[in-house]
Amino acid sequence: MMNFIIRRLLYAVPMLVLVSFLSFVIINLPPGDYLTTMRQQLQSQAGLTPEEAREITERMAARYGLDRPFMVQYWEWVKGIVTRGDFGYSFQHNRPVSEVIWQRLAWTLIIATTCHVISVGIGVVVGIFSATHKYSFLDNFFTVLAFLGVSVPNFFVALVIMYYLAFHVKTHVGGLFSPQYVLAPWSWAKFVDFLKHFWVPIFVVGLAGTAQNMRVMRGNLLDVLNSQYVETARAKGLPERTVIYKHAVRNAIQPIIMYMGMAMPFLIQGEVIASIVLNLPTIGPMFHHALINQDMYLAGSFLMMIAVVLILGNLLADILLAWMDPRVRYE
Amino acid sequence: MTNLGGSRLTRHKLLLDVQNLCTHFRTEEGILRAVDRVSFQVHRGETLGIVGESGCGKSVTAKSIMQIVPKPKGSIVGGKILYHREDEIIDIATLHYQSQQMRELRGNEISMIFQEPMTSLNPVYTIGDQIMEAIQLHQKLDKKAAREKTIEVLGKVGIPSPQDRVDRYPHEFSGGMRQRAMIAMALSCNPRLLIADEPTTALDVTVEAQIINLMQDLQTEMGMSIIMITHDLGVIAGIADRVLVMYAGWVVETGTTEEIFYHPQHPYTRALLQSIPKIGSNARLESIRGSVPDLNNLAQGWCYFAPRCSAAMDICVEKEPPIFSREDGHTVKCWLCQEEEASA
Repeated sequence: MMNFIIRRLLYAVPMLVLVSFLSFVIINLPPGDYLTTMRQQLQSQAGLTPEEAREITERMAARYGLDRPFMVQYWEWVKGIVTRGDFGYSFQHNRPVSEVIWQRLAWTLIIATTCHVISVGIGVVVGIFSATHKYSFLDNFFTVLAFLGVSVPNFFVALVIMYYLAFHVKTHVGGLFSPQYVLAPWSWAKFVDFLKHFWVPIFVVGLAGTAQNMRVMRGNLLDVLNSQYVETARAKGLPERTVIYKHAVRNAIQPIIMYMGMAMPFLIQGEVIASIVLNLPTIGPMFHHALINQDMYLAGSFLMMIAVVLILGNLLADILLAWMDPRVRYE
Repeated sequence: MTNLGGSRLTRHKLLLDVQNLCTHFRTEEGILRAVDRVSFQVHRGETLGIVGESGCGKSVTAKSIMQIVPKPKGSIVGGKILYHREDEIIDIATLHYQSQQMRELRGNEISMIFQEPMTSLNPVYTIGDQIMEAIQLHQKLDKKAAREKTIEVLGKVGIPSPQDRVDRYPHEFSGGMRQRAMIAMALSCNPRLLIADEPTTALDVTVEAQIINLMQDLQTEMGMSIIMITHDLGVIAGIADRVLVMYAGWVVETGTTEEIFYHPQHPYTRALLQSIPKIGSNARLESIRGSVPDLNNLAQGWCYFAPRCSAAMDICVEKEPPIFSREDGHTVKCWLCQEEEASA
């Protein structure tokens, strides 16, 4: 087992290197860069002559190393991340990337993790119920609910909820806090206010995942319940509860664990539009802006963060899977 | 009730007495009579063979005795399954499949091994854990004692170095070894009846012989009864004391192994015996024409084998044949027997 974990950790290293390089390549792919945009803005909005504008942008290029060869830029970027935790400079925000992203990343991880835990929890429980009560009224009810959850776009759900809250319940909607609490220090009242806002993105972003987990769990458990070893367990004289939870669920839950590895980036990507609609301080909207403005270090850093989360998520899922299923360890 | 006038059979006490068992499945197309008025008896220390083609109700009969017929589609709808203890008789057919009494019987006094050794063990638990589970459940032993018992029983079924193998997972075992482990699991609680549902079908011929020999040795040692379900008549000939031939949910013929093999009465039994290849014979192998009827919504009141029967008469498609009793507990469900009785 230890052997497997170490081996799996070593695989992650070249993956991270490759991912960082690809992120950097992708960010540099579109023609022009932030300085092109800036030069135009200096001319049109600040009224500088083309020569003055070029002089300023060339000075910036020299300062941030944008005039150097591509590989050197990449090397400097990676070196900064590894040695100083410096992800480069955000031209758009005029601050180092690391100062800009952490808070956003933290909120994103809080929302994504909460969504994920809830969607796995509810999905698995409802899935087990559905599979063991196949074609009952509640099973059919959950099936309809799951199809709705998977097929309705989450930004639309967000809009419906916001409309309802704003016009019928008449509370503040959008964001994570009411305006009076945004800058206030944490207090019980702020926490309650936070919970009143927090459930909306959790519900919106978590709906599809919950629905999917429900369907996956139901389908897998039905398959496993038909397998011979479940009959063996029954033939031993075990109570039905033990047969289902010890023998069947343990085998049916594996695809859900595998899916967990991919869930984080999926959730982050899934919440981009919902976050824009709901005005959430997560990385989704900021990533979107960074891409539009060609704020390369910021966008590149986000891209890499998502990839790192994906790799770490897969690593955790693999280890969990190996712990659950002995057949995985010896591959 | 069938009369058991046999020489050695009456010396044994009755263990299981199945009377007119009916197990039906509700399907989308209607009611499927998987087991239709099946009656048979198993005596202590005896081996009963059940033969028949796929889908004839062999496995469902076995699962009915264990009360593990797939719910909610399948259910026992009639008949009795009388299980004889020293001092009491329990009708399994009336027990709820989840009842305390049924769970104490299942896996403890009556246990079962299955056709597919590759899939009949749970892949995520060690062999030892799975056997210990049954021992701890039924014998109320602590973990250490259960583990020792597990190692002992693994050794008994011929698994080499059982103290190491006990902690291995099913995927580290070969098919034959897994079936031995299944037998170990089934025998771990010293059952009085072992039901083996095609235990060697998925195995190589050499391994098959080993498993059959093992079962016979263990039967001699432990004195249990065996119900051996198979479509392999060779296996039956080697191990069974009496044979039950099933067709489309019916018992069409029963008798001692000698009677069934040397004096088969039912055309289906004869056809089955003719379809066994014989070494040294160049004769074309006989097959039974047609196939097993679809049991869904099968109209009643005629002989289901008539369309495939070479000796079919008019009465066969008009009336269901009753069960005719011959000497030595030999019974046949065929109109031909009436003809013989009339002409005799």
